[in-house]
Amino acid sequence: MALTLKINGKDRNVDVDGETPLLWVLRDDLRLTGTKFGCGVAQCGACTVYVNGQPRRSCVTPVETLEGAEVTTIEGLEGREADAVRAAWAEYDTPQCGYCQSGQIMTAAALLQRNPNPTDEDIDNALAGNICRCATYVRIRKAVKAAGERLEG
Amino acid sequence: MGDFRVTGSAAVLAAMAALLSACGERAPETEAAGAGEGAVNGLMTPAAFSSIAGDEARAAALFTEISKVMLHPRCANCHPREGGPTQGDDMLPHNPPVVRGFGMGAAGMECSTCHGSVNVEFASMTGSIPGAEPWMLAPASMGWAGASAAELCAQIKDTELNGGRTLDDLVFHNSEDHLVNWAWHPGEGRSPAPGDQETFGALTAAWAEAGGHCPEG
Repeated sequence: MALTLKINGKDRNVDVDGETPLLWVLRDDLRLTGTKFGCGVAQCGACTVYVNGQPRRSCVTPVETLEGAEVTTIEGLEGREADAVRAAWAEYDTPQCGYCQSGQIMTAAALLQRNPNPTDEDIDNALAGNICRCATYVRIRKAVKAAGERLEG
Repeated sequence: MGDFRVTGSAAVLAAMAALLSACGERAPETEAAGAGEGAVNGLMTPAAFSSIAGDEARAAALFTEISKVMLHPRCANCHPREGGPTQGDDMLPHNPPVVRGFGMGAAGMECSTCHGSVNVEFASMTGSIPGAEPWMLAPASMGWAGASAAELCAQIKDTELNGGRTLDDLVFHNSEDHLVNWAWHPGEGRSPAPGDQETFGALTAAWAEAGGHCPEG
């Protein structure tokens, strides 16, 4: 089916089966490969994007459900929270292999949009669905807290 | 599991009805109802309770049948008494770990992060992720997983706990609510609740009409 998806503020036309997961369309059709395939079953968070500003696992999001929605990927992530997270990520040398990082950053920025001063528990709850195979969870938590402090400061 | 017991009794009644039919006799109404005409997918219809004399006893029996739906994993998984939701027919803790948070998950990991408006089959393996609009936990005061039918009945009638709903409101909720309806359309890999929403709603209406009395327990 022919669909027009609004991705990172631009209309993108695709012609795919309506049940195709958004992740497939982003990576294979639109070549937006910053969003990663991890598990394909909404268990790891590597494929996290925003749909109308809400974090969403793109591997379980059929594109036919996105008519009129605004999709944001890591390539289009902007704003104070995103800037603060990216700066903190660099400061704490947070990624190891980096594969999960786009999902981690999308979720971290979403958390800070809602709660700029999160506790460790808030961070753990928000990021519980973003798995890091290098287990850099301690650095991730530190970086999120530091990003929040930047926003508050 | 309640629904399995119902299915088992329905099978016995069906066999009895078939035997009586083969003998040229008519099965008693309640038995025939339990076997087929009066049962839908393992859930008795109100007709199966019509021979019970007395509103209190009939209402209590009706609610015990209603509770087979409400205590089924399709409903009870998102009506936890404490903590977050459970999942699957075995009602294990939700994976990935999630919290109730503001009722729709934690900030940054809401229910809608994974659950959309419809069930979605996985593209890369068998199985599906459930979805309906809006996908959310029941309020904490409406947590009843693991309750007895008597406890459940008292809980849902308590207007301090149920959001001020009257019996008529409960009938409407059970008969019409979209998220309740999902219990019979749960997607691949999950067993549906017994019966269907029409029967569930009719049972609730019959229970309310009989006074909304609760089973003892």
